[in-house]
Amino acid sequence: MKKFLPYLIGAAISMNTFAALAAGETVNVGVVVSATGPAASLGIAERNTVALLPTRVGDVQVSYTILDDATDATQAVRNMRKLISENNADVIIGTTATPGSLAMVDVAAEKKIPMISLAASAAIVEPVDGARTWAFKTPQNDFLMAGAIVQAMEKAGSKKIGFIGFSDAYGQNWLKELKNALQGKSIEIVATESYARPDTSVTGQVLKLIAAKPDAILIAGSGTAAALPQRELKQRGFKGQIYQTHGAGNSEFLKICGSACEGLILPAGPILVAGQLPNDNPMRKTGLDYTQQYEAKYGKGSVSGFGGHMHDAGALVAAAIPVALAGGAKPGTDAFRQALRDALEKSKDVVGVHGVFNMSPQDHSGLDERARVLLRVKKGQWEFAQDLN
Amino acid sequence: MDWSIAKILMQDGIVTGVIYALLAVSLVLVFAVTRIILIVQGEFVTYGALSFALMADNQVPGNRWLLVTGGVLVFLRELWLVFRGKPAATLLGSALFCLILPLAVFFAVPAVLATEPSLWIKALLALLLVVPLGPMLYKLAYEPIAESSVLALFVVSIAVHFAFVGMGLVFFGAEGRLVSEPFFDGQLELFGLTWTYQSLFVIAMTVVIIVALWLFFGYTLYGKALRATAVNRRGARLVGISTSMSGFLTFLLSSIVGVLSGIMIVSFISLTYETGFMIGLKGFVGAIIGGLMSYPIAAAGALLVGIIESFSTFWASEYKEVIVFGLIIPVLLILSVTSRHDEEE
Repeated sequence: MKKFLPYLIGAAISMNTFAALAAGETVNVGVVVSATGPAASLGIAERNTVALLPTRVGDVQVSYTILDDATDATQAVRNMRKLISENNADVIIGTTATPGSLAMVDVAAEKKIPMISLAASAAIVEPVDGARTWAFKTPQNDFLMAGAIVQAMEKAGSKKIGFIGFSDAYGQNWLKELKNALQGKSIEIVATESYARPDTSVTGQVLKLIAAKPDAILIAGSGTAAALPQRELKQRGFKGQIYQTHGAGNSEFLKICGSACEGLILPAGPILVAGQLPNDNPMRKTGLDYTQQYEAKYGKGSVSGFGGHMHDAGALVAAAIPVALAGGAKPGTDAFRQALRDALEKSKDVVGVHGVFNMSPQDHSGLDERARVLLRVKKGQWEFAQDLN
Repeated sequence: MDWSIAKILMQDGIVTGVIYALLAVSLVLVFAVTRIILIVQGEFVTYGALSFALMADNQVPGNRWLLVTGGVLVFLRELWLVFRGKPAATLLGSALFCLILPLAVFFAVPAVLATEPSLWIKALLALLLVVPLGPMLYKLAYEPIAESSVLALFVVSIAVHFAFVGMGLVFFGAEGRLVSEPFFDGQLELFGLTWTYQSLFVIAMTVVIIVALWLFFGYTLYGKALRATAVNRRGARLVGISTSMSGFLTFLLSSIVGVLSGIMIVSFISLTYETGFMIGLKGFVGAIIGGLMSYPIAAAGALLVGIIESFSTFWASEYKEVIVFGLIIPVLLILSVTSRHDEEE
């Protein structure tokens, strides 16, 4: 039996290929997500979203192959190579976290295959040169989000602010972007603290923050771990405005945080409040459609912003495929990969759930200020903050 | 820093420190009796906490399947052992523990939850759901290699830990959970500080558990048997103490302690499926301070870890873990200078 196994597999593969040929051409999309490990809460939503992506664009089939990298950069690279060599992928979507995505950029350049990252860091696509000419990404840059927070702080007349963030790349990067956004403004950071994702207590940091007497505090954490400082601040009687980052934008966070989150402000993709957006907002329709599809499949209230990034990556690929095919290249060839990259770079007015994408040779992120709205928590729900947007 | 801040930090350190102390004591217990470094102890905390939190939300935790699967596996192994010559009479007890109990719990959980019981009943259900996993784990993973070296047992512990973390993600999801309604609502002033009843409850429960363990080891036959095994495994076997029974019992005790800790802390700390490892590791630092031998020193050491951690979050939050884990180095130095080596085997 063992002896025949390779032949059997070979036969199965070739039959597969025949089937594909018979049904017209197939574009293979390789997907790498972090469905386990520290970034799992993001990765699971992204993986779930793949089932909602278009499987047919014009005359061609689009097939998706998903591999999990366990939030491990090495595994992400291994998965990517596997998707290219074994599945003959034409484009790679992934991965969830920044370290893995950065590592994958080099493979993309080596194999000459376009990739669309789902991680937030601007370093993945900026500046667009060398290996990064092959990399695109869908989540908003932290800078865009930090700018929104600083605007809100200015509006509220805050002078002194405190910062507490994750003691990893997420928190560090936010602190950097916050400082950038504050340049030339009359707002000063009076206290900077950090904590780790699995921490069970932040009493010490919170006491120190409060002792510096800031007008407002920004918490840079993601998921339910971002609720810990929020609760502690309220418990220790902090009366100023608290801001969070878009990493906290999911329903589990609200559930854990409870009444301690009332009134907090955070910038996020429009998807979280799709139903509350003004009627002329292009993201209203896509957002509502996506929410409805996702919740029909995975249960009410299950949708989060993270899955939306996968939706947008799918939308970019779907928009680029006809353009790439028009050049005459066949899927599965190097020429097609090149054509797909060029088509992605020319994406114009692709409406996703997080924003409108306009890529250019200088900008492989492509989002503008329409990609973020400021939200306020009211009665345990996200609310589109009319006064701030 | 002034006195009022120091007091608050002290309070925070004590409340987390007592949880570390419970874990440290159970780690010492397991190591002394079976020579196993039970990394998975932290997962008992999270399993207990998260199944309790799920039930508090009136959801049925998925880990009831694990209980039944584990039970069936252990029973199959027992069948095999009987086939190989173990007295058949032992099967009755195994069937009761491995099949009847898990199945009863499996069906009882949704049935009881449907009646919207009080938080206390839900806590009891969480205990029933998770605690039997401890002894089952011993039977499956450790008993077949009970005589191996400490290192081999340690490697198995790491494997078991990863298996439990992975399964935890499947059962409980990636997001943290919290029980928003505490057992006791309210607070009182004591030593110029505000103590929630919940935190006093945690401290009181810890004292009760430690006293109960002390009574058990000092005054019961089984407790004394465990102590004998801890002092000298071979000697204990010569006087007729079953090492298998000792292992079973220690794992039962340590999983009870772990699950209780979990149920207590999830009311004021949100836990995720992977938080347990860090909590267990801090308890382990305490256990190391006790030389993996002395219960009172381990408990005191763990309390110290909690307090140092709390103060270091205030002074240098970036270096908190470094400070806490750096603590082991001087301790190990002192231990290696002062301790006598009397390997029994």
